[in-house]
Amino acid sequence: MAETTLTHTEGTAATRPDGLEGFVSDWSSDQRTFKNVPWGKAMMWIFLLSDTFIFSCFLLSYMTVRMSTTVPWPNASEVFALSFGGEPIPLILIAIMTFILITSSGTMVLAVNYGYRKDRFKTAIFLLITALFGATFVGMQAFEWTKLIVEEGVRPWGNPMGAAQFGSSFFMITGFHGFHVSVGVLFLILIARKVWRGDFDIEKKGFFTSRKGRYEIVETLGLYWHFVDLVWVFIFAFFYLW
Amino acid sequence: MTEATKHVEGQQHPIGIYIKIWGWLFVLSACSYMVDYLHVQGYLRWTLILTFMVLKAGLIVAVFMHMLWERLALLYAIILPPVLVLVFVAIMYYESIYTFVTRQLFFSVLTGA
Repeated sequence: MAETTLTHTEGTAATRPDGLEGFVSDWSSDQRTFKNVPWGKAMMWIFLLSDTFIFSCFLLSYMTVRMSTTVPWPNASEVFALSFGGEPIPLILIAIMTFILITSSGTMVLAVNYGYRKDRFKTAIFLLITALFGATFVGMQAFEWTKLIVEEGVRPWGNPMGAAQFGSSFFMITGFHGFHVSVGVLFLILIARKVWRGDFDIEKKGFFTSRKGRYEIVETLGLYWHFVDLVWVFIFAFFYLW
Repeated sequence: MTEATKHVEGQQHPIGIYIKIWGWLFVLSACSYMVDYLHVQGYLRWTLILTFMVLKAGLIVAVFMHMLWERLALLYAIILPPVLVLVFVAIMYYESIYTFVTRQLFFSVLTGA
């Protein structure tokens, strides 16, 4: 199917200027700014923007405490190493978690794609597969936390390997991210159920919002899910690889 | 056709491009893992880590989150504000250096060294 862009109310894309000129005219007064975008999607983007700032602040405070401490920082490569009987492999668990999250992003994109084709069955299946990968990720994170707390003795206020700030940064950043993943899994299951039931084919109203159910919600949910993956990219680079 | 187009409004693209980007994300993740696995250190490590990170983030936002096909009004509204966080990063960078030096000074006075 070719790419189609239509607006809901004002003018078609063809009649509106593109590029910078379009940017200026879209932001001009007395009209809806975000064209071609459903209301919910624009709001999801705004929410993600605010979430970006939250995660930025976490990573920034992590950078600040790590750079300003005079005590050596624990070596993430060794702390997160895991041995399968033989030599410990550095960061292996984190690498697997990264791949799982990327895989889930891929299945999510397929769900969004089938959602636009109104393929009820495939959309629901791919949403559920995504949820499964997400749950696996959270499970592995729980394992990682348990190992760190029980075996390595890491606490938010100190640890045997070095700077005390390691624990507080780690638990707060990965904890907040894990919470995002968990909420995402919950919503994936909820939306998968709605897709499966055919709510979006008959535009059934949501019990909470009373808004007509549309397949757009799959893309909006997709944005959230990709954002969770996006945040992990930064956590992986700054927390585990630094 | 009009009825059909009415229903496919929004972001619909061939699956091929998603699969391609998906593959690239795997490759880039493997690359950043190899940086650690092969014990690359110093400036080279930082350059590689940040390059792979920015590439991955860019691909996710551009293709998976469809920013590539959105109008500039939305793109700038979402992409520009986080870029300004870099100013905050710069401020905290100097602040943490200052704290570090102060602490070193304090501890050396304390131990009489």
